[in-house]
Amino acid sequence: MNLKAKTNTISWSFVAIAIVMICLFYFYPMIQALIMSFQSGTGTNLDFVGIDNYKRLLSDSTFITALKNTFIYLIIQVPIMILLAMFISVLLNDKNLKLKGFFRTAIFLPAVTSLVAYSVIFKYLFGPDGLINTMLIKLHIVNAPIEWITDPFWAKITIIIAITWRWTGYNMIFYLSALQNIDSSIYEAARIDGASAFRQFRSITVPLLKPIILFTSITSTIGTLQLFDEVMNITKGGPGNATMTLSQYIYNLSFKYTPDFGYAATVSYAIVILIVIFSVLQFKLAGDKNA
Amino acid sequence: MYVFLSLAAVISIFPFLWMIVSATNKSIDVTQGRLLPGAELFENLRKVFDTVDLVPALLNSAQISITTTILAMLIASLAGYGFEIYRSKAKDIVFSILLLSMMIPFAALMVPLYRMFGSISRTMPFIGIDTISSVILPTVTTAFLIFFFRQSTKMFPRDMLEAGRIDGLSELGVFFRIYVPTMKTTYAAAAIITFMSSWNNYLWPLVVLQSPEKRTVPLLISNLGSSYSPDYGVIMTVILIATLPTAIVFFLMQKHFVAGMTGSVK
Repeated sequence: MNLKAKTNTISWSFVAIAIVMICLFYFYPMIQALIMSFQSGTGTNLDFVGIDNYKRLLSDSTFITALKNTFIYLIIQVPIMILLAMFISVLLNDKNLKLKGFFRTAIFLPAVTSLVAYSVIFKYLFGPDGLINTMLIKLHIVNAPIEWITDPFWAKITIIIAITWRWTGYNMIFYLSALQNIDSSIYEAARIDGASAFRQFRSITVPLLKPIILFTSITSTIGTLQLFDEVMNITKGGPGNATMTLSQYIYNLSFKYTPDFGYAATVSYAIVILIVIFSVLQFKLAGDKNA
Repeated sequence: MYVFLSLAAVISIFPFLWMIVSATNKSIDVTQGRLLPGAELFENLRKVFDTVDLVPALLNSAQISITTTILAMLIASLAGYGFEIYRSKAKDIVFSILLLSMMIPFAALMVPLYRMFGSISRTMPFIGIDTISSVILPTVTTAFLIFFFRQSTKMFPRDMLEAGRIDGLSELGVFFRIYVPTMKTTYAAAAIITFMSSWNNYLWPLVVLQSPEKRTVPLLISNLGSSYSPDYGVIMTVILIATLPTAIVFFLMQKHFVAGMTGSVK
């Protein structure tokens, strides 16, 4: 009994530091943020205001714009990237492909760059007299430079191109490692049965990749809901608030405008709720197709 | 097939090539769309060391990333080992609660953490706002890494533990003398992903590091990138130097890197 109690204490001490750290730096701040979301005031002088912050959220045009922008990124960028990653990985998984290592490394390379560094590079590439415009004009694709950064529509496109460039290779690696685990005899059997390449993809590859599709779409969704570095360094949220994301709005509310920590906490809970909703939704979606 | 893959490869590599080429050109040549290497690399390097505080930023980043990586390895591997080897119902419940922290967006933690370190500053300024500790502490423990070590521990042969115990090693002795040396590749993979994410971290250092001399590399680059009259040659040289450490780590340890990324989903 005594010995058992002692072993038990030792076993808990292995996990103790991690538990304390996660509670201290994740769960405790989350509770703090929840309390703060019912408070308002400048700087550290916060007063309890009930659900006023949540009411303000619904009529706050900047919040609604940021929410819309985030959804646009989510709905357009995530599916394009995931399809692209899946398509590339299927091509790369071909046994007869030459230069496989080169293609894989090249396409994965963007994933090792720092978000800030690549954002600055993209900002210059897509600048008014940047290389992209120079090339488009020289090739007579456009007559006047496209306002990649300063036009509300094109600025969103620039952000979407940038994120897709950075993360496609990253997601591709997950598909590739899953594809390598699929037994090739399944495909041979399908071929003997006369299944077309598309049919094989739809009936064998996609179902077997489903856990990875679920994983990459959840991580990409969470990532997009938290988008900050790119927008901050390419467009600064502009023009106007045309590319503003929720994370950037929280940053601005806390550290750029007159600090309103209470309201910033309320906006941050909006992201938390969205992440929970999307994750549950995606799990449900994946589960239904299984049945 | 080859056309598509080549196109994808070219698009992926092009910004890197442009960065390297631009680092060897004058600012004016970069704006005119010059795509050939120039002879200005050394001139740009000289300007970087004269006008940009790159060396202090590199040292700050190195100090933060190395400390974070070492502490993260220790904390996460102890926990991953503990949760798997001394499995119990209570620990499994605690573990799944810890996993929930992966869903918490950093933007939601930023404000309360800032206030927390603000109040710590009043009593213990050495770990408060604007210190290296304030950057490291909130980022050093992640549920992801604990999960990663736990998954890898499932593969660890338990007979080796028994052998160690019979030889008279304490539980901690078994961990350090037997587990750590056998799990070298797991540690390598975990260390690479931790180092990379720490080296590239932007938002939290931006919030918590306020004096210019404390700046990390991403903060420096962001600052240069938003200047009104940028010297493109110089900025590209800075980005090139800042990208080198992660690129070298990646090319030397590509296998571990990929193992670290995908190990978590298997």
